[in-house]
Amino acid sequence: MGQIVLNQVRKSFGDVEVIPPLDLTINDGEFCVFVGPSGCGKSTLLRLIAGLEDVTSGEISIDGQPATELPPAKRGLAMVFQSYALYPHMSVRKNIAFPLRMAGLPKDEIEKRVTNAASVLNLTDYLDRRPGQLSGGQRQRVAIGRAIVREPAAFLFDEPLSNLDAALRVGMRLEISELHKRLSTTMIYVTHDQVEAMTMADKIVVLRAGNIEQVGSPLELYKAPRNTFVAGFIGSPKMNLFQGSEAAELGADTIGIRPEHIDVSQTQGQWTGRVGVSEHLGSDTFIHVHDTGLTDTITVRAAGEVDFKHGDTIYLTPRADQIHKFDAQGLRI
Amino acid sequence: MARAVSSRRKSINTAVAWGIGFIIFFPILWTILTSFKTEGQAIADPPIFLFFDWTLENYSIVQERSDYMRFLWNSVIIAGGSTLLGIIVAVPAAWSMAFVPSKRTKDILMWMLSTKMLPAVGVLYPIYLLFIELGLLDSVFGLVIVLMLINLPIIIWMLYTYFKEIPGEILEAARMDGASLKSEILYVLTPMAIPGIASTILLNVILAWNEAFWTLNLTAAKAGPLTAFIASYSSPEGLFYAKLSAASTMAIAPILILGWFSQKQLVRGLTFGAVK
Repeated sequence: MGQIVLNQVRKSFGDVEVIPPLDLTINDGEFCVFVGPSGCGKSTLLRLIAGLEDVTSGEISIDGQPATELPPAKRGLAMVFQSYALYPHMSVRKNIAFPLRMAGLPKDEIEKRVTNAASVLNLTDYLDRRPGQLSGGQRQRVAIGRAIVREPAAFLFDEPLSNLDAALRVGMRLEISELHKRLSTTMIYVTHDQVEAMTMADKIVVLRAGNIEQVGSPLELYKAPRNTFVAGFIGSPKMNLFQGSEAAELGADTIGIRPEHIDVSQTQGQWTGRVGVSEHLGSDTFIHVHDTGLTDTITVRAAGEVDFKHGDTIYLTPRADQIHKFDAQGLRI
Repeated sequence: MARAVSSRRKSINTAVAWGIGFIIFFPILWTILTSFKTEGQAIADPPIFLFFDWTLENYSIVQERSDYMRFLWNSVIIAGGSTLLGIIVAVPAAWSMAFVPSKRTKDILMWMLSTKMLPAVGVLYPIYLLFIELGLLDSVFGLVIVLMLINLPIIIWMLYTYFKEIPGEILEAARMDGASLKSEILYVLTPMAIPGIASTILLNVILAWNEAFWTLNLTAAKAGPLTAFIASYSSPEGLFYAKLSAASTMAIAPILILGWFSQKQLVRGLTFGAVK
């Protein structure tokens, strides 16, 4: 049971307000991802929920109980840190057992839960090793193990995968998603990687300079970004955004079109450009098109292999129903 | 990458290093040698280096004249007690300065260090009077307190430096795992800082053991440690070099042995953080 409600939560460090008053509800069992560029306050927000930072004003309640004044230990949350933050002087077994020991559980109960967590996370063979003798992925699993044994009200993840290499990251991403499906415990996950956000989240909270720019499911954010910031942040490669006469014709200040919503042709189309760099991924090709007269570069995603060389002329046609329109303030029309 | 050093160059370096080491060690060696000479041989001119009649006479006379064990015991209590008390005070102090620093933390650290810049004799008078007032003169307890206070800035500084090396996230993890402040310090911080704490203890035992100003000025017959034991042999009636040397050797032997066995720990502690 772990509904987390933030009510007018504000945080400032001295004179600098990093989080202006903010409201947010994270429902029980939800996988909620805080995403935004570095310095947007997403980690601070997580630390406020954890109790590692004190709120300047506002209220936090966890599972219906006021938690604003509670120390981290009393909030019933578990956290996985970017640096794993394992206890280097303890074996894996003792690391995982530590929160249970702090909770004063009987020895056999601790042993049972540690053994159980270790088998879930494939750590059984490593229980007597020290963290220093483990690989990055194994350390991450120990950190997760330490979090799950407590059966917390909610899990907090602070960029847990950013120290891992790309292949391992994809694997761990799946493991965490699976863990969420199995435990159905509330999870709050902080990342700057929008791919992680899109693939894992039930609900994404996009943050910029401490402000919530948009809250919604991955597809809501993808299909109907509330403003140009969200439009540019969610989706990979980024949405093409440009101003000018083309936008004015549609009655907007700025229009946006995703790379996958532009059709390419060698013979005809709405816009003409010159092919720059093409990135061949096999399944897709990302073509960077210059000299369209719209903006510096338009990125296009073509399915499979396409036969364009550097410098070729290319014709582009946006799908009219997929064009996003924004006003002068950058808000969706 | 290792720099290429020719083997000739290497052996010269080794010889020079040993030479410098020997020069530094020589006074101690000379003291130890002199302690085995007769008083006559001790002041012989030219000095006799090795070929004299080795005797243990000085040691037995020194032991007869004054009770070595009593001084040794006082030294152990004073050095050990002041260090232990200092650590107990310094661990929470260094913890707060390293992990929850305030705007003034740097100033406080500087201020604490600045007390070490004051010549001890400058506060002798007030401290002496305080000691009379509190009835602490010539008491082991009084010396434990004074030496603890004198070395406290160094203990806090050293622990602060070691604690700074410990990632704050690990302590935050402990807090998230439900550890109280006490458990956090006891089960997480202290075990991780053991090498640093050990070298702090060692260095401060040595400092307190060798401290002579306060131990001489605030003691008389009862509470004197080994420094007072040595000093009692440089009397106005004339110096007895051989006996003085024997007393000195007996006084430095325990700390020398301690230092010998813990030198690895000491060096690691003193360079901790500098080389990672």
